Amino acid sequence: MRHMLSTMQLNRDEAINLLDLSDQMALVNERELKKLPTLRGKTVVNLFYEDSTRTKTSFEIAAKRLSADLINFSAKGSSVSKGESLKDTALTLAAGGVDAFVIRHHASGAAHSLANGGWIDTPVVNAGDGTHEHPTQALLDAMTLRQRLHGLSNTKGKDLDGVSVLIVGDILHSRVARSNVHLLKTLGANVVLVAPPTLMPNPKLFEVETSYDLDAALSADLDAVMMLRIQSERMSGAFFASEVEYAKNWGLTKDRFTRLSEKTLVMHPGPMNRGLEICSEAADSPQSTITAQVANGISVRMAVLYSLISGERSIDV
Amino acid sequence: MSRFVLQGATLPDDSIKDVLIDDGVIREIASGLTAEEIIDCTGLRLLPGFVDMHTHLREPGFEASETVLTGTQSAALGGFTAVHAMANTNPVADNAAVVEMIRNLGERVGYVEVFPIGAVTKGLEGKQLADLNLMNQSTAKVNVFSDDGKCVSDALLMRRALEYTKSFGGVIAQHAQEPALTQDSQMNEGELSAVLGLKGWPAMAEEAIIARDVLLAEHTGGRLHICHLSTAGSVEVIRWAKARGISVTAEVTPHHLLLTDQLVRDYNPVYKVNPPLRTDSDVAALREALIDGTIDIIATDHAPHPSEQKDCEWAAAAFGMVGLETAASVAQLVLIDSKRSTWQRLAEVLSHNPAEIAGDQGHGLAVEVGNPANLTLIDPNALRTISAVSASKSINNPYAGLELPGSVVHTIYRGKFTVRDYSLVIGHRA
Repeated sequence: MRHMLSTMQLNRDEAINLLDLSDQMALVNERELKKLPTLRGKTVVNLFYEDSTRTKTSFEIAAKRLSADLINFSAKGSSVSKGESLKDTALTLAAGGVDAFVIRHHASGAAHSLANGGWIDTPVVNAGDGTHEHPTQALLDAMTLRQRLHGLSNTKGKDLDGVSVLIVGDILHSRVARSNVHLLKTLGANVVLVAPPTLMPNPKLFEVETSYDLDAALSADLDAVMMLRIQSERMSGAFFASEVEYAKNWGLTKDRFTRLSEKTLVMHPGPMNRGLEICSEAADSPQSTITAQVANGISVRMAVLYSLISGERSIDV
Repeated sequence: MSRFVLQGATLPDDSIKDVLIDDGVIREIASGLTAEEIIDCTGLRLLPGFVDMHTHLREPGFEASETVLTGTQSAALGGFTAVHAMANTNPVADNAAVVEMIRNLGERVGYVEVFPIGAVTKGLEGKQLADLNLMNQSTAKVNVFSDDGKCVSDALLMRRALEYTKSFGGVIAQHAQEPALTQDSQMNEGELSAVLGLKGWPAMAEEAIIARDVLLAEHTGGRLHICHLSTAGSVEVIRWAKARGISVTAEVTPHHLLLTDQLVRDYNPVYKVNPPLRTDSDVAALREALIDGTIDIIATDHAPHPSEQKDCEWAAAAFGMVGLETAASVAQLVLIDSKRSTWQRLAEVLSHNPAEIAGDQGHGLAVEVGNPANLTLIDPNALRTISAVSASKSINNPYAGLELPGSVVHTIYRGKFTVRDYSLVIGHRA
């Protein structure tokens, strides 16, 4: 594995291997001394062209727990605001000796261009590119599902065969949805997408079952419901009429939540709009995996950085 | 040298003849002709010089991408003897002074005849008509008007432009793209745009404008030309309009005849173009329409850009690709090598028809005695691997690395070689 650009690049064995490695990294995160010396002397650059607190922090913690040196480069307050190109920024930073780039960019395909543009010869991790993909988010979601469905100590080598997952919200613009659809399918899960017709890609994405009717979709036997963040600026693009109308039709309201089976997990990549796509009762319930997802994010990013930089597929912790 | 014989050339009608050129004119076509200079043309196709109705020469304003000199050199190497320079220069070609300047530059340094296209609206802003009459009455004698790169989206303005140009028989070349449906669009809307997370460019955003404009042309009696058709639906609308007797002509680019949206998969901006590359079935429909006459011409939409505008992430990249030196090869592939059509048809779509639509004097005429010697000779049996580097200043070449049939051997413009034995004749005007 040279780069981590898309979950489409992972076959089943590679995905399970990465998830097993992530579980090993999680053990480190439970220790008193949360640090491994494995990437000492290596340099990771967080190249962030979009505002992001949680993903940026998560990669930062992951790199530091592996003892790598981390440089945060954010487009604001840098020469990017003076119009420096992605290529020149990458060349400049790479000249200082970089072992991995983590990039978040507003343009779909930017991570792909950074990795394959012929500019640099450094591993690249896609931390979210436009409306394309966010592969480490999908990995942390899969890690969370494995833990909750198979049991914390029983995940090694396990896939998600037959697991049913409903993904609800702005599928059209969601990089989280794209990465999840690929990875969940690779791991054997059954995925159903629910969105208003205006926020569903046309034609439908990746031969996955789709529906406009959340209530009908929720009546199935579900292992997990993943609610996506809805951005209120989509209203100006006439994708939906009002927040009230959206919440009533496509939000996980208290009414819908109480109708869910108690074993159905509730997931959200954050940050949440409480009261819009998800009610507080669901977000704060024992069924919610939302804080576990955040914790697992660090483990997954440790695993990805470790395997890209060291080239190893396992670790003794 | 102004008197010479092209010996043993194969004419568009498949006959093999000698052709005597003297003082810029075809003097004699027969067998056994002789002159002081004889050029062996055995195995070469002699065709009327090609006419491109859609070239971006970029001068004035964008000389880092192309100039009239380099653009027309590239055109000559592609077998062209005339190009129409699109109006989206800086300053915009929306008045008599700018079109005369481009025309004069073409006469001074051009390897082909340069016909400036005038903007339809002032500054390409889509708000107010440009000086259409004055540009026509200028020494540039502009007859084709286009806001290419932008659509004349205001229906009333489009109606007025079609009406206004009736007084001198001008033609409005529309870039059909409904702006509201294509805001920030990046690639063909379909399965792949969904996977790549690139904003889709729906086919109907092109088709809706064409449908509207053929109705405007019918109502006004003005002359409408549709630039770069890219979808099967656009073909259907044009077919319907022509069957109704509406005065509309249509063009297709070489890239829309050959390349598809699948090439976008790796986010390589060399494949970023407006209108976007479409699907296999669109390509098939465009080829069919070119063969059956629904589409009248091939035009290159040669759109050079400096490398920094292509060596970047997809969203930041410019739209467009070069194409002057590969157009004839794509035409041969689609019409001849497919065994679907004839060299006569190839001469129509690359020469006769564009010259007729645009009203270009001295171009697009049959290879006949008395006609000006604007000619090209092609080796149809050649196979060449395309290099990104060409006579154009820019290298945004989507054909680089592909093997294409046919090679331009000689180009003759006003009786003089601009290209001889595959190479530019440097300083041919001197």
